[in-house]
Amino acid sequence: MSVIPAEQLMDKRVHYLNESYGVKSWLFTKDHKRIGLLYLASITFMFFIGGAAAVLMRLHLIEPQGALVEPETYNKLFTMHGVIMVFFFLIPSIPAVLGNFLVPMMIGARDLAFPKLNLLSWYLYMAGALLTLSAIIAGGVDTGWTFYTPYSSVYANTHVMAVAIGVFINGFSSILTGLNFVVTIHKMRAPGLTWFRLPLFIWAMYATSIIFLLGTPVLAITLVLLGLERLLHVGIFDPKLGGDPLLFQHLFWFYSHPAVYIMILPGMGVVSEIIACFSRKRIFGYGLVAFSSMSIAAISFLVWGHHMFVTGQSIYAGLIFSALSFMVAIPSAIKVFNWTATLYRGSISYDAPMLYALGFIGLFTMGGLTGMFLASLATDVHLNGTYFIVAHFHYIMVGGAVMAYLGGIHFWWPKISGRMYSDGWARFAAFVIFIGFNLTFFPQFMLGYLGMPRRYAFYPAEFQVLNVMSTAGASILGIGYLIPLVYLAYSLRYGPVAPANPWGARGLEWRTSSPPVTENFEETPIVTAEAYAYDEGREPLA
Amino acid sequence: MWSGFSLRPDQASTIAKGVDELHYFLTAVTLFFTALIFFTIFYFMIKYHRRSEADRPAEIEGSLPLEILWTVIPTLITMVMFAWGSSLYFRNSRPPVASAEIFVVGKQWMWHLQHPEGPREINELHIPVGVPVKLTMTSEDVIHDFYIPAFRVKKDVIPGRYSSIWFQATRTGTYHLFCAQYCGMQHAGMTGWVYVMSPTDYAQWLSGGVKGESMVDAGGRLFSQLGCITCHVADKSGRCPPLQGLYGKAQKLADGRSMIADEAYIRESIVHPNSHHVAGYAPIMPTFQGQISEEQLLQLIAYIKSLRGEEGKAPKK
Repeated sequence: MSVIPAEQLMDKRVHYLNESYGVKSWLFTKDHKRIGLLYLASITFMFFIGGAAAVLMRLHLIEPQGALVEPETYNKLFTMHGVIMVFFFLIPSIPAVLGNFLVPMMIGARDLAFPKLNLLSWYLYMAGALLTLSAIIAGGVDTGWTFYTPYSSVYANTHVMAVAIGVFINGFSSILTGLNFVVTIHKMRAPGLTWFRLPLFIWAMYATSIIFLLGTPVLAITLVLLGLERLLHVGIFDPKLGGDPLLFQHLFWFYSHPAVYIMILPGMGVVSEIIACFSRKRIFGYGLVAFSSMSIAAISFLVWGHHMFVTGQSIYAGLIFSALSFMVAIPSAIKVFNWTATLYRGSISYDAPMLYALGFIGLFTMGGLTGMFLASLATDVHLNGTYFIVAHFHYIMVGGAVMAYLGGIHFWWPKISGRMYSDGWARFAAFVIFIGFNLTFFPQFMLGYLGMPRRYAFYPAEFQVLNVMSTAGASILGIGYLIPLVYLAYSLRYGPVAPANPWGARGLEWRTSSPPVTENFEETPIVTAEAYAYDEGREPLA
Repeated sequence: MWSGFSLRPDQASTIAKGVDELHYFLTAVTLFFTALIFFTIFYFMIKYHRRSEADRPAEIEGSLPLEILWTVIPTLITMVMFAWGSSLYFRNSRPPVASAEIFVVGKQWMWHLQHPEGPREINELHIPVGVPVKLTMTSEDVIHDFYIPAFRVKKDVIPGRYSSIWFQATRTGTYHLFCAQYCGMQHAGMTGWVYVMSPTDYAQWLSGGVKGESMVDAGGRLFSQLGCITCHVADKSGRCPPLQGLYGKAQKLADGRSMIADEAYIRESIVHPNSHHVAGYAPIMPTFQGQISEEQLLQLIAYIKSLRGEEGKAPKK
């Protein structure tokens, strides 16, 4: 990699990054691309805070009696890890960073429908994040990210309210982002861009936005009820006050199960774009892939009870939730088969984004299939609340969502930054992350089957071997995540200047310059074909 | 570090084998599809590797027969999983009638277990092999979860209500008891051991050691101590309904509802008397919430359950 003496050349062309300078030009920006970058910086920070907590937990668990901290501190670590990663990294990750940056460009619009609301979303996110971080610095919270009552509402002596309010505020950021995307996708598509010409990333963002709009208010209501009980002792969840502790779980999972799809649907969108581009093929069964996103979003609201099979809910309710949970697996399976079939007779290159995307397919497949063990009633009774659950959802959320997020960042980095990163380092990082991830989480499936409960600060000695393997994996994974931070930052200054379309991709966002002008397009593009017309000679492939 | 290392958990209950068979089936399906996807991806990656930058593969729109095939096959497989998992779960949920009963109270951060015959244990449970055992469980504070991995059974233990679980041990030995629902600071310490004993050893254990009073006797003593006996007199002359023969019968409430007097009903009537105000009587019963522990409640219920038949005959046992 050589230093390109193109600094001055770059600076001659006005684009969204150099159009204005100074802190104010960023903090008061209404440009969706700059807001996307504000999110990128904030969620990257939160990711490494949450990741540090995970590394500490894994190091602690290297010994059965616990190697590092007191149980009290361990409980705070896993709570902090969960709250930060779920609410302040995974949920906003792809929608708020890549979605913000790409949705208008992919549909040929100048910006989102409500630019000021978009900026407000980021401020709400920051307010929620700062409140949560300050609660952690002030002593932390130990309820687990699930805030189960009556522990959280009566018994916990930690900063439950501050964190609950932080999550509550952050929820409005999600709602506003969802609203903005839905309106933008409906009203601002370029001429000729019909629904079935839309990139699958847009379909995924649309499905995700619907969940944001319908699900997040329920989380907000649940947290308000939690606050009413904790602060004013209104009996809602505590049986001593006449409440019902399981009501909380119903409300919480009514949001939080669809939230799992908030985390994975955008990843599916990203992977669809990458697979198409690097195999130079239209996504196999485009219509069904788009339709499966919408059906996942719809069914996701009807499966919350599968988190509660061992709470003593009626066995008939269990039966229905089990059936619906199996049903939601079908559209996911359809997607996996279609992505794989897209490779057939393609022209496949192994650039870094593609490695992340293929890694996603493999790990998501394993995460999805292990979900069957938990949708099935008899096996869930044994595996619920054990490390099997931990392994399963990390395969979906880290193996799936985070891999897709990193794939997306690598794919669109030239567009975002105007620079190319080192492909060799990027492939190396993808490889390290894949190995580290599997070594961390695969042993946890076995731990769960053996019966090791999750959220244990210390554990019986016979579980040590698998825990040591998991900790070894986590160390590799931790390093793997640091590598992209280094070469991506390095590329900002020293990377070769990126052309408008380095991958030969077909989406509208590649028709504008890298980095784009503030208005995205010099003139509004006219769309005559779908986003994956790789066989048409619209422009020379790079 | 390697001591006790194994990749297969103990199978020590009648439920365990069936759950494991389903688990192996699910594992086989998972391995098959994971291998299929990984192999196909690797094969395509090599076979269709981009050979020239000018490669322009021909478009393939998709294929309806293929789409139907890979919708129908997963659907059929998941239906098998669903039917298998559900029927097993139904079977595992129904306790056989002749169960021995043990009472469990979860409390931050320990398990209190009580045998009807009297013995009380903390974080240890002694049971006979080959006998169906039913546990009736509740919590004094937050939600806990009673989990014996070797038996493949688990159930939340929830404050304010009774949950139940049953199992029949098949092998004598010592097995882990875990709390599987996060319950606060010492959650990881809320563990114990289940001792599965031969029937003779169990009988010996029951009769040996410190013999406490039976649950029914303890409940009877509380019934007098708390003054329940002054109103709930056996004939109908008292100010409150007589409790003889109450258990299992439908009770007509003042608000017109009718409820079966089970454990939950009796518990609720003691803790929140006004929510279960029986027709024909004045709502004069004070609440006992906060004055009586969950263990004492279980003893009172055991006593009330034992009040069968006519005219306040002294309970059996």
